[in-house]
Amino acid sequence: MEYFAQQLINGVTLGSIYGLIAIGYTMVYGIVGMINFAHGDVFMVGGFLALIAWLALTAMGVTAVPVALALVLVLAMAFTALYGWTVERLAYRPLRGSFRLAPLISAIGMSILLQNAVQVAQGPRVKPLPPVVPGNFFQSEGAGGFVVAISNVQVIIVATTLVLMVAFSLLVAKTPLGRAQRACEQDRKMASLLGIDVDRTISLTFVMGAALASVAGLMYLLYYGVVDFYIGFVAGVKAFTAAVLGGIGSLPGAMIGGLLIGLIETFWSAYFSAEYKDVAAFSILIVVLIFMPSGLLGRPEVEKV
Amino acid sequence: MSRGHPDAPTLPDDVLLRVERLTMRFGGLVAVNAVSFDVRRGEITALIGPNGAGKTTVFNCITGFYKPTVGRLTLNRGDQSFLLERLRDHEISRRAGIARTFQNIRLFGGMTVLENLLVAQHAPLMKASGMTVLGVLRFPGFAKAERAAIEKAKGWLERIGLIDRADDPAADLPYGDQRRLEIARAMCTDPVVLCLDEPAAGLNPSESADLNALLRSIRAEDGVAVLLIEHDMSVVMEISDHVVVLDYGRLICDGTPALVREDPKVIAAYLGVDDEEVEQVEREIEERAS
Amino acid sequence: MSARAAGGAAFAEALRDAGVAGLITLGLAAPMLGLVTVTKPEGLKLDPHWPRVAVAVAIVFVGRLILNLTIWKPGRPPKTLVKPKLEARLSKLAKLLAPAAILFAIALPFLPGVERYAVDLGILVLTYVMLGWGLNIVVGLAGLLDLGYVAFYAVGAYSYALLAQHFGLGFWACLPLAGILAAFWGVLLGFPVLRLRGDYLAIVTLAFGEIIRLVLLNWYWVTGGPNGITGIPRPSFFGLEFKAGPDGFAATFGLPFSGLHRIIFLYYLILALALITNYVVIRLRRLPIGRAWEALREDEIACRSLGINTVNTKLTAFALGAMFAGFAGSFFATRQGFISPESFVFMESALILAIVVLGGMGSQFGVAVAALVMIGGFELFREFKDYRLIVFGAVMVLIMVWRPRGLVSTRSPTVFLKEKKAISGSLVQEGQG
Repeated sequence: MEYFAQQLINGVTLGSIYGLIAIGYTMVYGIVGMINFAHGDVFMVGGFLALIAWLALTAMGVTAVPVALALVLVLAMAFTALYGWTVERLAYRPLRGSFRLAPLISAIGMSILLQNAVQVAQGPRVKPLPPVVPGNFFQSEGAGGFVVAISNVQVIIVATTLVLMVAFSLLVAKTPLGRAQRACEQDRKMASLLGIDVDRTISLTFVMGAALASVAGLMYLLYYGVVDFYIGFVAGVKAFTAAVLGGIGSLPGAMIGGLLIGLIETFWSAYFSAEYKDVAAFSILIVVLIFMPSGLLGRPEVEKV
Repeated sequence: MSRGHPDAPTLPDDVLLRVERLTMRFGGLVAVNAVSFDVRRGEITALIGPNGAGKTTVFNCITGFYKPTVGRLTLNRGDQSFLLERLRDHEISRRAGIARTFQNIRLFGGMTVLENLLVAQHAPLMKASGMTVLGVLRFPGFAKAERAAIEKAKGWLERIGLIDRADDPAADLPYGDQRRLEIARAMCTDPVVLCLDEPAAGLNPSESADLNALLRSIRAEDGVAVLLIEHDMSVVMEISDHVVVLDYGRLICDGTPALVREDPKVIAAYLGVDDEEVEQVEREIEERAS
Repeated sequence: MSARAAGGAAFAEALRDAGVAGLITLGLAAPMLGLVTVTKPEGLKLDPHWPRVAVAVAIVFVGRLILNLTIWKPGRPPKTLVKPKLEARLSKLAKLLAPAAILFAIALPFLPGVERYAVDLGILVLTYVMLGWGLNIVVGLAGLLDLGYVAFYAVGAYSYALLAQHFGLGFWACLPLAGILAAFWGVLLGFPVLRLRGDYLAIVTLAFGEIIRLVLLNWYWVTGGPNGITGIPRPSFFGLEFKAGPDGFAATFGLPFSGLHRIIFLYYLILALALITNYVVIRLRRLPIGRAWEALREDEIACRSLGINTVNTKLTAFALGAMFAGFAGSFFATRQGFISPESFVFMESALILAIVVLGGMGSQFGVAVAALVMIGGFELFREFKDYRLIVFGAVMVLIMVWRPRGLVSTRSPTVFLKEKKAISGSLVQEGQG
């Protein structure tokens, strides 16, 4: 029982990280109808930028952890957003409205470019960071001596995710930007006829997605204490799975999908085999796409004849 | 040739296709409600009705793109009968012999006119190529079958006046030619019923007259029954032998053109709904744009 | 005067634009290039590398400025996507060059100045040419986006390795078996994904490819896990082995023994395999199945209305594409003598797909050129190590922006009455599945 509870807690934490990345996929897919293949690598860049910001702040003598973390969050979001914007501007915008495979290939190219640029710039080694926020928020010892613990980091991750989720949902639901996004999602041509700056809206979508991915990067760094240039690929595919599972185009769907993938992965590793946890995640992706391609909260697609 | 469904009802010889109590629901919406009618051998049957009456839905059920919620669709090929709702979509064409065209033309735009007509002869050619194996090894039987297929395509291209454009991509043809090519392509599958979804839409008067002549020749020379959805009443009244009128998913009239024209329910349906005029205007705008 | 003023304004605009680009580069580069994380005895610390940032910013600023003043001058004619003349010329060029290229490929090992390295590179390029041609069936003809193609390559390689190891089968017996097994896996993957379209199909095939790799990685007792399989038998020349002894290839033909013999044999082997692939694909295109693939790419719904069984048509495309990957895989295994999951990562799938798309989907010649440029270019810049992958990624983006339809984008009809006219790529659909 205690073991189960602990896995549940870990799964929710991991799922929050996936959910944050998944939002970037789902928003971009909703608005431009393409898989932003480089998004996983934007998440990886976000993790690195968070690490660099943390180290820079420590070097400058900012030692109060809450202050430093808040600053790291803001800095990482800002700089990663710039990456998101640039990726869209360079690799996707020139291809808008062209051949469908072209943006996919250029996205793969961008993913290779980012991965290797980071590897060359920062070195191929895994970057370890000692625990920034030590200690447990809650812990209790069960009958068998097994300790169930919720660490402070886990609380931070889940809380931050919740806050950002609510904030972004409000952004999409209530603000003119959100309205413009939804309009572009429905009919880009019509939206531009109605005076919506489509290019700007799409750019901002990428910026928002990248900012959230950088938060996920920071959370990943805090949770696992390491980043390396290769974390983007697998995390990206899993987050995409989450987005599809939740129903692509739906923000709450992405979050729910993320949680489910996090839980499934954690429980699979705990009760079956850790080696095959990625196989489990990928199999779920396949099964979901085949049996319910519109996901949990997505709109079903009707074939028009 | 494949065997028909033994439990299909026996239809009178002159009835080619019988639609019985066809109902199609999409979620809560009843698009077609208990519609029954016959398509007779050697006749042109028109399916008309205001927009949203469920005409295309009936078409999609007959041609296998939708599975009807309720109803029975029987096709009588003389020696064998088929229950269409049991056939998979591609079998509707191959086994039952029902060919169709689409409201928004669906040609293979990046393939040539000739290639379009050869794709339509896929089944016999596939057999001749020994399910590809003999074809790869260049067995002579396939070359002969292909020559025959090209001859057939040429015959159709001459009939629709497109023989000079055989080697051009289908997407390069003008609108009216594309419509006729789509009909020729459907005819290349050797159907017994040809289903046309608004074949006259967007055609100018002279193209429309050509179309009428083509449909008459298909009825007379090829002995193929035609079922068509059409908004252009001049086409409907001029060429059809039998008219079926739908409104709000229900059948409201079924008879000869003269009978339908006088039917008060039909007049009410058309007068009550002025969508028809809206579409007329839209069509004119589209013509001007293209 | 006004012209000069306009010129001045244009220059100012160009300068401003370059300045903005420079600033953005500063934002991108300052943390990532300027502050490098290094592990020191006291923990992770940052090493400043500001000159790198300055160089990056300067390159972008100057480059952008020069481009703004030359190629991107204001008032330049708008870029047209379709250049019929260029297209026609390219496809004509392809027709002339293809036989020349084949002759060159046949003569290559005996050309003066060709060393072992060049033949090795030739083998590598031809392997990718063959893989590209195989994938072309799936992506180029049938319009089904497959991001897990490398899985079938892996199936082929492991089939040969395992069959040879456990049953002592030789290369020639295993080659068809590997192809059949890969085709079987192609059908197995094809079945569930038939209903999927576009990007969804891409991501499922990607997941499938990863699953295969992860299974190969973790199924130790069969696949050897990350250590892979070693000691895979080398191919023989109709039973003659390439060895120094009296019953070896060299002794039988009265030649002095040379390690090069086997390399040259492998070269001709892959050349033959690739040419067979090419022949079969060209032949398939002109058969009903090939036309059905292309029709499927153009319009699946119309296909169904014409009585084409889209399920079987798609499955055949998957199976045949996979089969050629299986052949290539068993060739790879016999050439290397060693295989491990590391050779079958997603990057390989992406690379093969990129070759197909960059070459121009459906064009056999374009695919061969793209394979030569990508693989050959990649190998030539070996000294640049990690930088070449950066360039590789950037080149993928640039080529797509420059020619979204690939190098040879016209489609050549499979049959004609009077005259064969190339069809402009802009009319050809890319497929939905």
